[in-house]
Amino acid sequence: MLAGGAGDGAAFAMRLVVRAAEALGARRLIPITGAHVDSCLYHGEATIDFVEKLVDGGAQVSVPTTLNVGALDLLHPELWRGDPRTAERGQLLMRHYRSLGCQPTYTCAPYQLAIARPALGEQVAWAESNAIVFCNSVLGARTERYGDFTDIACAVAGRVPDAGLHRTEARRAVLVLRIGPDVPDRLLTDDAFYPVLGIVLGRRAGSRVAVIEGLPQGLSEERLKAIGAAAASSGAVAMFHAVGSTPEAATLEAALQGREPEERAEVGLAELRAARDELTTAAGAAPVGTRIGTVSLGTPHASLAELRAVERELAGARPADGVELLVSTARQLLAEAEEEGLAGRLRAQGVELLVDTCSYIAPVLRPSPLPAMTDSGKWAFYAPGNIGVEVVFGSLRECIRSAVDGRVWRDHDLWGAA
Amino acid sequence: MKGRVLADGAAEGSALVLDEPLSFWGGIDPASGLIIDARHPQRGESVKDRVLVIGSVRGSSSSSSILAEAVRAGFAPAAILLGEPDLILAVGAAVAEELYQVRVPVLLLSLADLATIPDGAVVAIGEGGEIALR
Repeated sequence: MLAGGAGDGAAFAMRLVVRAAEALGARRLIPITGAHVDSCLYHGEATIDFVEKLVDGGAQVSVPTTLNVGALDLLHPELWRGDPRTAERGQLLMRHYRSLGCQPTYTCAPYQLAIARPALGEQVAWAESNAIVFCNSVLGARTERYGDFTDIACAVAGRVPDAGLHRTEARRAVLVLRIGPDVPDRLLTDDAFYPVLGIVLGRRAGSRVAVIEGLPQGLSEERLKAIGAAAASSGAVAMFHAVGSTPEAATLEAALQGREPEERAEVGLAELRAARDELTTAAGAAPVGTRIGTVSLGTPHASLAELRAVERELAGARPADGVELLVSTARQLLAEAEEEGLAGRLRAQGVELLVDTCSYIAPVLRPSPLPAMTDSGKWAFYAPGNIGVEVVFGSLRECIRSAVDGRVWRDHDLWGAA
Repeated sequence: MKGRVLADGAAEGSALVLDEPLSFWGGIDPASGLIIDARHPQRGESVKDRVLVIGSVRGSSSSSSILAEAVRAGFAPAAILLGEPDLILAVGAAVAEELYQVRVPVLLLSLADLATIPDGAVVAIGEGGEIALR
């Protein structure tokens, strides 16, 4: 393949896989059964130049490959509020990746689709930081922290470097984080806790594998997703264990692979509250009553359960006049939500549904001088830099009540007595 | 000083020592070279033609695209010195070289060696990972 026998495109892909192997210090390549590719998001002409070298060189993926979000919602192009030329280039890039044989899933949460759930121990090449963490931690399938270019190169080559998290020993937790005794039980039952815990995890772990002890057993995939997405924003986390919830951490000893950790630490309420507060960038920490212009949910893409939770929390109400309430999800999940009538009911209550992209990537939000509220640690982390909005972080319930009131509403007891 | 080569090349520039980890995606605007991460203490500084010293990387897997696009647009750092291996930036540099014939060396150093490079010092990097402070 390297010599060009499979075409120039495949040779180019293989050169990049070899480069990745060198960077990781791998001595051989191993086969994979699937890939998830993030390179389909337009970041300027370099991303087009790159894929055209593969397309012109006749490359095709050699394993089933899903695509991450692109620059725009192809099903609802009218939501685009930016430069039409950028939309056109973003769309061209998405089309090029389809022509390489990738499936048009356009979701950052491929693990919510039945077609992209590799089994425990399966070797794959995934990109998109939250998907990488979920793949390793929650599915127990194995991927390194692949990025743009490497992801499609591995998908074309059908091989990855035998290094890092593909190998059992690298999946061992070296940091033990214990939830402190002052963290109220009620907080552990609320969705808002998990992205904040993820922010703390990313800061504490950096790129190390950590195991979290002291969480409720059998956490939902939505909560594990929130931990991972936030941890991969504040740190370079590619895998974590949660004792009693993730497949390689039935016990603390299993996650440690029977060895001693490098470090043990406790995560207390004060650290969690500080991390929560840092997620809000709006002036004066956006006290109760602060007017908001937008509520953005679904980062990473909302699951069906999360879409149902939006309907439940709205309880028949609508966002206040002038407040935009937007939820991002995958087009395949939207189709299911359409089928069960959920999508129609949400729209009738003033909810905008966005697919194929994300509201901090595509210029889709209504321009507003007021802050935007979110329940996502990742959105809170990146939106100020990406789209220049001030952010207010809150629980799903706080977000929905605030959307309905048009002003920040807080559940005062959630984070313990002040 | 010598670094392990993740992407080879020669370069010279003044060091920009990052005080905190930075993701290229969401952290650097490739169309201006400026640090745009709202929470980063060096927000507003330019990475263009600097020798970027990064103790630990973080965040998004799109950083390879941002590096390649910054090279295309002419706002890339001159070189990147890392305290931990990062295949995302190594491959970003490899793609930039294949597409635009511009080399941005990416080297891996020990944290102890990284700490000897003061912000603003002129750093010369030779092929094969040679590093000299001028």
